[in-house]
Amino acid sequence: MNIEWYIVLSSLLFAVGAMGILIRRSPIVILLCLELMLNAGNLALVAFSRMVGNEEGQVFAVIVMVVAACEVVIGLGLIVALYRRKLPLDVDELRTLRG
Amino acid sequence: MEEILFFAAALGALGGAVGVVLMRNPLFGVLALIVHLFSLAVLFLLLTAAFVAAAQVVVYAGAVMVLYVFVVAYVGDDHEPAWEPIPGQRFLAPLLGAALFVELSIAVLGSSLLALGTDGPNVKPGFGDPAAIGTLLLERFLLAFEASSILLLLAAVGAVVLAARRREDGTPSERFAPQASEEGVPSSQ
Repeated sequence: MNIEWYIVLSSLLFAVGAMGILIRRSPIVILLCLELMLNAGNLALVAFSRMVGNEEGQVFAVIVMVVAACEVVIGLGLIVALYRRKLPLDVDELRTLRG
Repeated sequence: MEEILFFAAALGALGGAVGVVLMRNPLFGVLALIVHLFSLAVLFLLLTAAFVAAAQVVVYAGAVMVLYVFVVAYVGDDHEPAWEPIPGQRFLAPLLGAALFVELSIAVLGSSLLALGTDGPNVKPGFGDPAAIGTLLLERFLLAFEASSILLLLAAVGAVVLAARRREDGTPSERFAPQASEEGVPSSQ
Protein backbone atom coordinates (compact mmCIF):
# COMPACT_ATOMS: atom_id res chain seq x y z
CA MET A 1 0.00 0.00 0.00
CA ASN A 2 1.13 3.49 -0.75
CA ILE A 3 2.02 5.63 2.23
CA GLU A 4 -0.31 8.27 0.78
CA TRP A 5 -3.36 6.19 1.69
CA TYR A 6 -2.34 6.10 5.33
CA ILE A 7 -1.73 9.84 5.40
CA VAL A 8 -5.07 10.63 3.78
CA LEU A 9 -6.84 8.29 6.23
CA SER A 10 -5.01 9.98 9.09
CA SER A 11 -6.10 13.48 8.01
CA LEU A 12 -9.67 12.22 7.54
CA LEU A 13 -9.71 10.81 11.08
CA PHE A 14 -8.25 14.05 12.42
CA ALA A 15 -10.97 16.07 10.67
CA VAL A 16 -13.68 13.77 12.06
CA GLY A 17 -12.28 14.25 15.57
CA ALA A 18 -12.15 18.04 15.18
CA MET A 19 -15.72 18.03 13.88
CA GLY A 20 -16.82 16.05 16.92
CA ILE A 21 -15.24 18.59 19.25
CA LEU A 22 -17.14 21.36 17.44
CA ILE A 23 -20.49 19.54 17.48
CA ARG A 24 -20.71 17.80 20.84
CA ARG A 25 -21.10 19.53 24.20
CA SER A 26 -20.64 16.71 26.70
CA PRO A 27 -17.09 16.88 28.16
CA ILE A 28 -16.74 13.08 28.06
CA VAL A 29 -17.47 12.97 24.34
CA ILE A 30 -15.11 15.88 23.76
CA LEU A 31 -12.36 13.88 25.48
CA LEU A 32 -13.20 10.89 23.25
CA CYS A 33 -12.86 13.13 20.19
CA LEU A 34 -9.51 14.37 21.49
CA GLU A 35 -8.43 10.72 21.58
CA LEU A 36 -9.48 10.42 17.93
CA MET A 37 -7.29 13.38 16.99
CA LEU A 38 -4.29 12.09 18.95
CA ASN A 39 -4.65 8.68 17.31
CA ALA A 40 -4.82 10.26 13.86
CA GLY A 41 -1.53 11.97 14.70
CA ASN A 42 -0.11 8.63 15.79
CA LEU A 43 -1.11 7.02 12.51
CA ALA A 44 0.64 9.79 10.58
CA LEU A 45 3.77 9.41 12.74
CA VAL A 46 3.94 5.65 12.18
CA ALA A 47 3.25 6.02 8.45
CA PHE A 48 6.03 8.58 8.04
CA SER A 49 8.34 6.36 10.09
CA ARG A 50 7.65 3.54 7.59
CA MET A 51 8.21 5.94 4.71
CA VAL A 52 11.61 7.06 5.98
CA GLY A 53 12.55 3.54 7.06
CA ASN A 54 13.64 4.07 10.65
CA GLU A 55 11.84 3.56 13.94
CA GLU A 56 12.11 7.04 15.42
CA GLY A 57 8.56 7.95 14.45
CA GLN A 58 7.31 4.89 16.30
CA VAL A 59 9.08 6.08 19.46
CA PHE A 60 7.26 9.41 19.02
CA ALA A 61 3.98 7.50 18.75
CA VAL A 62 4.69 5.68 22.02
CA ILE A 63 5.41 9.01 23.75
CA VAL A 64 2.17 10.44 22.32
CA MET A 65 0.35 7.48 23.89
CA VAL A 66 1.86 8.38 27.27
CA VAL A 67 0.73 11.99 26.89
CA ALA A 68 -2.76 10.82 25.89
CA ALA A 69 -2.96 8.63 28.99
CA CYS A 70 -2.03 11.63 31.18
CA GLU A 71 -4.62 13.79 29.42
CA VAL A 72 -7.31 11.15 30.00
CA VAL A 73 -6.47 10.91 33.69
CA ILE A 74 -6.66 14.67 34.23
CA GLY A 75 -9.73 15.10 32.04
CA LEU A 76 -11.69 12.33 33.70
CA GLY A 77 -10.62 13.64 37.12
CA LEU A 78 -12.03 17.04 36.15
CA ILE A 79 -15.29 15.45 34.99
CA VAL A 80 -15.66 13.51 38.25
CA ALA A 81 -14.94 16.69 40.23
CA LEU A 82 -17.57 18.60 38.19
CA TYR A 83 -20.11 15.85 38.79
CA ARG A 84 -19.41 15.81 42.54
CA ARG A 85 -20.07 19.56 42.75
CA LYS A 86 -23.38 19.08 40.93
CA LEU A 87 -22.22 21.31 38.07
CA PRO A 88 -23.80 20.72 34.64
CA LEU A 89 -21.76 18.45 32.36
CA ASP A 90 -22.13 20.76 29.38
CA VAL A 91 -19.30 22.91 28.05
CA ASP A 92 -21.71 25.69 27.07
CA GLU A 93 -22.90 26.05 30.65
CA LEU A 94 -19.37 26.04 32.10
CA ARG A 95 -18.41 29.47 30.89
CA THR A 96 -17.01 31.04 34.06
CA LEU A 97 -13.55 31.42 32.54
CA ARG A 98 -14.85 33.04 29.36
CA GLY A 99 -13.83 36.68 29.00
CA MET B 1 -4.16 -9.33 0.72
CA GLU B 2 -2.55 -6.21 2.14
CA GLU B 3 -5.04 -4.03 0.30
CA ILE B 4 -8.01 -5.96 1.66
CA LEU B 5 -6.67 -5.71 5.20
CA PHE B 6 -5.98 -2.00 4.77
CA PHE B 7 -9.43 -1.16 3.50
CA ALA B 8 -11.17 -3.32 6.12
CA ALA B 9 -9.16 -1.67 8.92
CA ALA B 10 -9.63 1.79 7.40
CA LEU B 11 -13.40 1.25 7.27
CA GLY B 12 -13.35 0.08 10.89
CA ALA B 13 -11.32 3.09 12.00
CA LEU B 14 -13.51 5.54 10.11
CA GLY B 15 -16.73 3.91 11.26
CA GLY B 16 -15.54 3.95 14.86
CA ALA B 17 -14.61 7.62 14.60
CA VAL B 18 -17.98 8.58 13.10
CA GLY B 19 -19.68 6.48 15.77
CA VAL B 20 -17.87 8.41 18.52
CA VAL B 21 -19.12 11.68 17.06
CA LEU B 22 -22.71 10.59 16.39
CA MET B 23 -23.63 8.32 19.32
CA ARG B 24 -25.88 10.14 21.77
CA ASN B 25 -25.07 7.76 24.63
CA PRO B 26 -21.41 8.21 25.72
CA LEU B 27 -21.14 4.52 26.61
CA PHE B 28 -21.74 3.56 22.97
CA GLY B 29 -19.25 6.26 22.02
CA VAL B 30 -16.63 4.55 24.18
CA LEU B 31 -17.41 1.19 22.54
CA ALA B 32 -17.08 2.79 19.08
CA LEU B 33 -13.72 4.21 20.15
CA ILE B 34 -12.58 0.69 21.11
CA VAL B 35 -13.47 -0.52 17.57
CA HIS B 36 -11.51 2.45 16.20
CA LEU B 37 -8.45 1.66 18.33
CA PHE B 38 -8.42 -2.02 17.32
CA SER B 39 -8.62 -1.07 13.64
CA LEU B 40 -5.74 1.36 14.14
CA ALA B 41 -3.71 -1.45 15.71
CA VAL B 42 -4.24 -3.49 12.52
CA LEU B 43 -3.03 -0.50 10.47
CA PHE B 44 0.07 -0.22 12.69
CA LEU B 45 0.79 -3.91 12.07
CA LEU B 46 0.51 -3.29 8.31
CA LEU B 47 3.07 -0.49 8.75
CA THR B 48 5.41 -3.00 10.49
CA ALA B 49 5.07 -1.29 13.87
CA ALA B 50 4.52 -4.39 16.01
CA PHE B 51 5.35 -2.81 19.36
CA VAL B 52 3.17 0.25 18.80
CA ALA B 53 0.28 -2.01 17.77
CA ALA B 54 0.68 -4.14 20.91
CA ALA B 55 0.88 -1.05 23.11
CA GLN B 56 -2.20 0.35 21.37
CA VAL B 57 -4.25 -2.75 22.19
CA VAL B 58 -2.98 -3.28 25.72
CA VAL B 59 -2.64 0.29 27.00
CA TYR B 60 -5.28 2.15 24.99
CA ALA B 61 -8.05 -0.29 24.19
CA GLY B 62 -7.48 -2.09 27.47
CA ALA B 63 -6.57 0.23 30.31
CA VAL B 64 -7.60 3.71 29.17
CA MET B 65 -10.98 2.59 27.84
CA VAL B 66 -11.77 0.80 31.12
CA LEU B 67 -11.18 4.14 32.84
CA TYR B 68 -13.64 5.78 30.43
CA VAL B 69 -16.26 3.08 31.03
CA PHE B 70 -15.93 3.56 34.80
CA VAL B 71 -16.41 7.32 34.57
CA VAL B 72 -19.35 7.05 32.14
CA ALA B 73 -21.01 4.55 34.47
CA TYR B 74 -20.37 6.84 37.45
CA VAL B 75 -21.55 10.06 35.84
CA GLY B 76 -24.53 8.55 34.05
CA ASP B 77 -25.22 8.25 30.37
CA ASP B 78 -27.00 11.12 28.66
CA HIS B 79 -26.73 14.69 29.87
CA GLU B 80 -26.78 16.37 26.50
CA PRO B 81 -29.84 18.62 26.04
CA ALA B 82 -31.63 18.57 22.73
CA TRP B 83 -31.62 22.31 22.07
CA GLU B 84 -28.75 24.10 20.38
CA PRO B 85 -27.29 27.15 22.10
CA ILE B 86 -25.41 28.25 19.00
CA PRO B 87 -27.70 28.42 15.96
CA GLY B 88 -26.40 26.55 12.95
CA GLN B 89 -23.65 24.81 14.93
CA ARG B 90 -24.57 21.43 13.56
CA PHE B 91 -24.33 22.66 9.97
CA LEU B 92 -21.24 24.83 10.35
CA ALA B 93 -19.18 22.19 12.21
CA PRO B 94 -19.23 19.53 9.42
CA LEU B 95 -18.38 22.26 6.94
CA LEU B 96 -15.34 23.30 8.99
CA GLY B 97 -14.37 19.63 9.43
CA ALA B 98 -14.49 19.06 5.67
CA ALA B 99 -12.45 22.23 5.14
CA LEU B 100 -9.85 20.95 7.63
CA PHE B 101 -9.64 17.62 5.79
CA VAL B 102 -9.15 19.31 2.42
CA GLU B 103 -6.54 21.62 3.89
CA LEU B 104 -4.59 18.78 5.55
CA SER B 105 -4.69 16.71 2.37
CA ILE B 106 -3.42 19.63 0.30
CA ALA B 107 -0.69 20.34 2.85
CA VAL B 108 0.57 16.74 2.91
CA LEU B 109 -0.01 15.57 -0.67
CA GLY B 110 1.04 18.89 -2.12
CA SER B 111 4.39 18.69 -0.35
CA SER B 112 7.29 17.53 -2.48
CA LEU B 113 7.83 14.30 -0.57
CA LEU B 114 8.57 11.89 -3.40
CA ALA B 115 8.53 8.84 -1.11
CA LEU B 116 4.84 9.42 -0.33
CA GLY B 117 3.76 7.58 -3.45
CA THR B 118 5.80 4.48 -2.67
CA ASP B 119 5.37 1.57 -0.26
CA GLY B 120 8.39 2.74 1.70
CA PRO B 121 11.86 1.17 1.57
CA ASN B 122 12.44 -2.50 2.29
CA VAL B 123 13.20 -2.88 5.97
CA LYS B 124 15.13 -5.47 7.91
CA PRO B 125 13.09 -8.23 9.63
CA GLY B 126 13.28 -6.79 13.16
CA PHE B 127 11.85 -3.40 12.16
CA GLY B 128 9.66 -1.94 14.90
CA ASP B 129 9.92 -4.85 17.31
CA PRO B 130 10.20 -4.21 21.08
CA ALA B 131 13.99 -4.58 21.09
CA ALA B 132 14.49 -1.86 18.49
CA ILE B 133 12.00 0.52 20.14
CA GLY B 134 13.49 -0.12 23.58
CA THR B 135 17.03 0.54 22.38
CA LEU B 136 15.97 3.83 20.79
CA LEU B 137 13.94 4.82 23.84
CA LEU B 138 16.74 4.18 26.32
CA GLU B 139 19.61 5.55 24.23
CA ARG B 140 18.67 8.23 21.77
CA PHE B 141 15.40 9.39 23.36
CA LEU B 142 16.35 8.98 27.02
CA LEU B 143 15.42 12.58 27.82
CA ALA B 144 11.92 12.17 26.34
CA PHE B 145 11.55 8.90 28.24
CA GLU B 146 12.41 10.54 31.57
CA ALA B 147 10.23 13.55 30.82
CA SER B 148 7.26 11.30 30.07
CA SER B 149 7.81 9.44 33.34
CA ILE B 150 7.71 12.75 35.23
CA LEU B 151 4.56 13.66 33.27
CA LEU B 152 2.91 10.38 34.34
CA LEU B 153 3.81 11.07 37.97
CA LEU B 154 2.35 14.58 37.74
CA ALA B 155 -0.83 13.24 36.16
CA ALA B 156 -1.24 10.68 38.95
CA VAL B 157 -0.79 13.38 41.62
CA GLY B 158 -3.17 15.68 39.74
CA ALA B 159 -5.84 12.98 39.54
CA VAL B 160 -5.61 12.40 43.29
CA VAL B 161 -5.91 16.15 43.98
CA LEU B 162 -8.88 16.52 41.61
CA ALA B 163 -10.77 13.48 42.82
CA ALA B 164 -10.24 14.07 46.54
CA ARG B 165 -13.34 15.02 48.52
CA ARG B 166 -13.21 18.50 49.96
CA ARG B 167 -13.70 18.60 53.72
CA GLU B 168 -13.68 21.63 55.97
CA ASP B 169 -12.02 21.13 59.37
CA GLY B 170 -12.11 17.37 59.22
CA THR B 171 -15.86 16.84 59.03
CA PRO B 172 -17.57 15.80 55.83
CA SER B 173 -19.36 18.74 54.25
CA GLU B 174 -23.16 18.53 54.18
CA ARG B 175 -23.27 18.65 50.44
CA PHE B 176 -21.32 15.47 49.86
CA ALA B 177 -22.31 13.49 52.94
CA PRO B 178 -25.56 11.95 51.61
CA GLN B 179 -23.91 11.05 48.37
CA ALA B 180 -21.09 9.28 50.20
CA SER B 181 -23.46 7.20 52.31
CA GLU B 182 -25.50 6.36 49.24
CA GLU B 183 -22.47 4.91 47.51
CA GLY B 184 -21.49 2.91 50.56
CA VAL B 185 -18.14 4.69 50.84
CA PRO B 186 -16.98 4.82 54.45
CA SER B 187 -16.82 8.43 55.55
CA SER B 188 -13.66 8.05 57.63
CA GLN B 189 -10.49 8.71 55.72
